[in-house]
Amino acid sequence: MAAEIRDERIRSVSRLSRLLSRPELGAAAGTVLVFVFFAITAGNTGLFSAKGIINFLEVSAQLGILAAPVALLMIAGEFDLSVGSMIGFAGILIAIPSVFWGWPIWLSLLFSFAVCGGIGALNGLAVVRTGLPSFIVTLGSLFMLRGLTLGLTRGISGRTQVSGVHELALNDPLNSLFSGQVFSGLIAWLSDIGLVGKRADGLPSISGIPVSIVWWIVLTLICTWLLTRSRFGNWIFAAGGEANAARNLGVPVARTKITLFVMTAMAAALFAAIQVLVTGSADTLRGTQKEFEAIIAVVIGGTLLTGGYGSAVGAMFGALIFGVVQMGIFYTGIDTDWFKLFMGAMMVIAVLFNSYVRNRAMRSR
Amino acid sequence: MAEPYVELKSVSKYFGSVVALKDVSFDVCPGEVHCLLGDNGAGKSTLIKTLSGVYAPDEGEIRVQGKPTRFASPADTRNSGIATVYQDLALVPLMSVARNFFLGREPMRKFGPISQFDAEFANRTAYDELSAMGIQLRDPEQPVGTLSGGERQCLAIARAVYFGAKVLILDEPTSALGVHQASVVLKLIVQSKARGIGVIFISHNVHHAYVVGDRFTLLKRGRCTGTYAKSEIDRDQLLNLMAGGKELVDLEQELNRAVKGSHA
Repeated sequence: MAAEIRDERIRSVSRLSRLLSRPELGAAAGTVLVFVFFAITAGNTGLFSAKGIINFLEVSAQLGILAAPVALLMIAGEFDLSVGSMIGFAGILIAIPSVFWGWPIWLSLLFSFAVCGGIGALNGLAVVRTGLPSFIVTLGSLFMLRGLTLGLTRGISGRTQVSGVHELALNDPLNSLFSGQVFSGLIAWLSDIGLVGKRADGLPSISGIPVSIVWWIVLTLICTWLLTRSRFGNWIFAAGGEANAARNLGVPVARTKITLFVMTAMAAALFAAIQVLVTGSADTLRGTQKEFEAIIAVVIGGTLLTGGYGSAVGAMFGALIFGVVQMGIFYTGIDTDWFKLFMGAMMVIAVLFNSYVRNRAMRSR
Repeated sequence: MAEPYVELKSVSKYFGSVVALKDVSFDVCPGEVHCLLGDNGAGKSTLIKTLSGVYAPDEGEIRVQGKPTRFASPADTRNSGIATVYQDLALVPLMSVARNFFLGREPMRKFGPISQFDAEFANRTAYDELSAMGIQLRDPEQPVGTLSGGERQCLAIARAVYFGAKVLILDEPTSALGVHQASVVLKLIVQSKARGIGVIFISHNVHHAYVVGDRFTLLKRGRCTGTYAKSEIDRDQLLNLMAGGKELVDLEQELNRAVKGSHA
């Protein structure tokens, strides 16, 4: 066999350097920074009490449920701008059949998931078949879905809000999947050993962990497994990195992308299910701008806008930053009007940082 | 001589009124490097695409191991052991070497009901296959984007060989490479040949082709202008045939005249 071809210009690199070229790095560092910042400025305001932590985790969880599949879709090189409107639409699809047509909640939930999944598939098909940028196609769906939501809701109920879901959901078998709390036993025990504070009446300051947080973590784990450990994950990276090469090697690029559009739509339906069952109502304006918040979380998480590179864990950090900053600003007493300025700036800094990290990763090592 | 693995018999291909290939015969035997030489527009690409199943010939036939065959699709061709490595190499720069190696044919490992990508096997195999071909990877998980042009070419070839190619069609594998990188790829061609693989080496670089080729077929304006064994022809003759030696001489004279004219 031929002699070993070793280039004398190559030096061996450490584990640290490898770690530094991970996509999540920026978001993980950002998370630490944000925590340190608010630990200093809001350390004694209750932001980091059990109650405060649950509060910002709940904000993060809702966004994170969207961000995990959106990250996968963006790694595959596509956008879905319709998730925000899809949330509003899905909420109405749960509330109207239950409140006006007498459907049981579980049936309305299944109906909402099915219809949203179908619309997701249509989004995907339209993108794959027409070859138009998904930005444009889903921008169209963004407006169409919002219009459809408003039109249907006003047409059927005469109003823009449908309430009264709480009473109907009370004994529903699927209710506890999307609302309520888990691990209350664990929290009670943590409170007994003093790790969770008690209220004046002697009960723990929180009664459990909102189920949305569990969804967030489970979804992130599933998406991470899909991305790094499944065949489908390989196809996602390839579809976003070099679609033609992938096609030539027999990767079903179109099917991969359509599946991902279905996943983002279903995540929007899940978001809506949680929101409707927790608040007890649906509103035609729900989910407004969530598509952009999800993209911000994903981009802060190190996913490349042009596809082919990124991570679901990064998106989780992105969502966490989002939640901490939103609640942190509230707790520090800074005018919450400044929140969006802060998040926008965060995103721009993250993009700069991430493109630096990616260039590092692509440099010969 | 051994029986050809794949054979084109008097193949013609037309695009409307354009004659892309006329009456072209071409074959490759196991363990042989057959170079296809021709200038731009000579019909090399059409010939490759006919061989790899992208186009069906309008006249003539394709035989695989002596049997007349009609390829239904490029995938069909690949399954019959004919692998084409195009110039774009079908690699994803942001993905790791190992993941590229197995892209579309991922090795899976079962954990109870779940089957997942066998990263360890992929890394080990990609590393071993490439080092057997003389390419020492730093790390099978490094992105393909960090490889040099020659290494990428080798990766694409090694991948085709690993997945059972009996015939390799290499489209201009050395054209974009520097001297050192090109020599690495040429070595790999010789190694593939030693493994009993038939190599169709498409090039317009006679210097590269002559080093590794056993036979040379010249293509000009869609027609075959001759097939020569290495023993029948030397490099200069080939260069003349290929580069249109006469054309260059004419050009030289014309330029000389023009220069003299301007001095007069």
